[in-house]
Amino acid sequence: MKKLLEVKELNVTFPTIDGEVRATVDMNFELNRGETLAIVGESGSGKSVSSLAIMGLHNMARTKITGEVILHGEQKSTEIISASSETVRKLRGKEMAMIFQDPMSSLHPYYSIGAQIAEAWRLHNDGSFNDGMARAIEMLDLVEIPSSTKRAYEFPHQFSGGMRQRAMIAMALVNNPSLLIADEPTTALDVTVQAQILKLLQTMQKEFNMGVILITHDLGVVAEYADRVNVMYAGKIVETAEVEDLYYRSMHPYTMGLLRSIPRVDKIDNGRFKAISGTPPSLINLPNACSFAPRCEYRSQVEGNLCSTGQPALEIKGEKHTARCFLSLNQIERARA
Amino acid sequence: MLKYVLRRMTISVIILILISATVFIIFNYLPFDPARLACGKHCTPEVISGNRHRLGLDVNWWVQWWRFMVGLFAGRNFGEGAALIHCSAPAFGYSFTQHACVTTLLGQALPVTVSLAIGAFIMWLALGIALGVISARFRNTWIDRLSTVFVLIGTSLPTFISGLLLLLFVVLKFNLISPLDLGTWHSPLTDPWGWFSSYFWPWISLALIYAATYTRFTRSNVIETSSEDFIRTARAKGVSERKVLWKHTLRPALAPILTIAGLDFAGLLGGAIITEQIFQLPGLGRLTLQAVLQDYDLPVIVATTTLAAAFVVIANLIVDLAYALLDPRIRIS
Repeated sequence: MKKLLEVKELNVTFPTIDGEVRATVDMNFELNRGETLAIVGESGSGKSVSSLAIMGLHNMARTKITGEVILHGEQKSTEIISASSETVRKLRGKEMAMIFQDPMSSLHPYYSIGAQIAEAWRLHNDGSFNDGMARAIEMLDLVEIPSSTKRAYEFPHQFSGGMRQRAMIAMALVNNPSLLIADEPTTALDVTVQAQILKLLQTMQKEFNMGVILITHDLGVVAEYADRVNVMYAGKIVETAEVEDLYYRSMHPYTMGLLRSIPRVDKIDNGRFKAISGTPPSLINLPNACSFAPRCEYRSQVEGNLCSTGQPALEIKGEKHTARCFLSLNQIERARA
Repeated sequence: MLKYVLRRMTISVIILILISATVFIIFNYLPFDPARLACGKHCTPEVISGNRHRLGLDVNWWVQWWRFMVGLFAGRNFGEGAALIHCSAPAFGYSFTQHACVTTLLGQALPVTVSLAIGAFIMWLALGIALGVISARFRNTWIDRLSTVFVLIGTSLPTFISGLLLLLFVVLKFNLISPLDLGTWHSPLTDPWGWFSSYFWPWISLALIYAATYTRFTRSNVIETSSEDFIRTARAKGVSERKVLWKHTLRPALAPILTIAGLDFAGLLGGAIITEQIFQLPGLGRLTLQAVLQDYDLPVIVATTTLAAAFVVIANLIVDLAYALLDPRIRIS
């Protein structure tokens, strides 16, 4: 498989009056063509922030970004962080595309669906508005929107939620990008529609041989559609693994907590969910400690109060499996059981 | 759509009828007697009741109002015998103090007020929107702060101060307008330059105030719209910053400003009382002011009030229809 994206030591920081908010800290990962990488974590864990950095969509006047993001395009590779805004703009929508959580607010209310897709096409291709509309109708057919010729001239508010997200996907894919970032693409949709949209994304991924970054907090979605998973907590990747490995041999107490908190029909425990106690920390002035330690039920097992005095590194815990935890493999095994 | 327009127009007509009736009711209950005022110091009851009959005030307000409504469509006669005067439709009444049909007075005042309103409107929209967009684009820089200073000055100086200052220290001091020429009507058709130069300073005086508010309004609308999700989508597609502003941000940001601009413009058409007074412009505002201050000239007051209300109602209708053209979500199928 061909390497598509490399993220090296990515840090995204927002300076505020109260101090620096470190939204993404030392992020490293790679993505191949045709592969789906899920980024999982709760709100504010830095998953959206890091993907916006990959797209070069942060307001640089209010954001500090360091590290490297290398996109290996069809012809040449580009490092996004240091590239000029014009270079990145030309890559956006062409080599890399993004779809968002709420397709209603993400589509422009004043322009027809077809016109918006046509615009995306014309930004990176030479052609008239009519060529763009023809291309838009093709794309609407591809994402299975019925009577596409008529629908292309309709406005977002005339579409249902699922149809809007299909239109968003059509718009993102109109220039045949090699990287697609899907930022919680199904969160705002009905459960039945969610499955259809994810199925469509999967089909499109095969069709275009794209690398997909799927940002979600739905572990069910991850299990079904991802190849690999990055679990994020408080701005850091705390565990990376192949998808099956993550579910059957999770190595980080946070991941274990997430998996236990999923309601399961076969394991009813006094009718209560096992939630992770406590709340995630503020990202301003984080102490030099494991960010998860205050909520971790296993921290007493680590000798010498290490969890509160040092930061664990992302260590290799198994084949293609890393986790940011001081616990020994034996302790992890016991915790998981 | 046609059904909607017809319904809105019907409602507008009903509102106008109600407004004119309300004006008659208010004047019926005011503690002034125009018949008494019209006859000077030494007055006999006979003269007063004669005046009352002549002015048409010797009947109930609803009869007066009905005569007014009929006159609007059919024209109307005032006075009797040798002093009979006919005002042809649309007759708003007859001003006994100015000895003229009200429609004639309106016909003289309206071009002045319309000239004043149109020029000021164009100026304040251009200035307000441009400054607003610029200060939103360069938010929190010195450009933005400079425009904030302008906004503060513009909104806190009332017209009777800024207008007077402008008149005294700019116009008269540098002889930009001859004081004798103040208030002379130059038709824009025959003397465009005369028209332009006689209205330029009144326009500035009015436009400054409105432009300040519109700058603030445009700035906050543009900033608010730029944080919308669909703007992020536009950037994700690879739209350039310039196009993000002009194509994706401005249209939704300016749509609500259109509504307010339409109503403000209509309000000005009803007469800018202070500005017209300062610059001696014989427009609707001055006509109203004279009618109120000098002699409770009821026919003139009813006419200018109803006309001002009509402008607002019509502008409301036009703005609503224009908004529907701008925003597809409001389009009525």
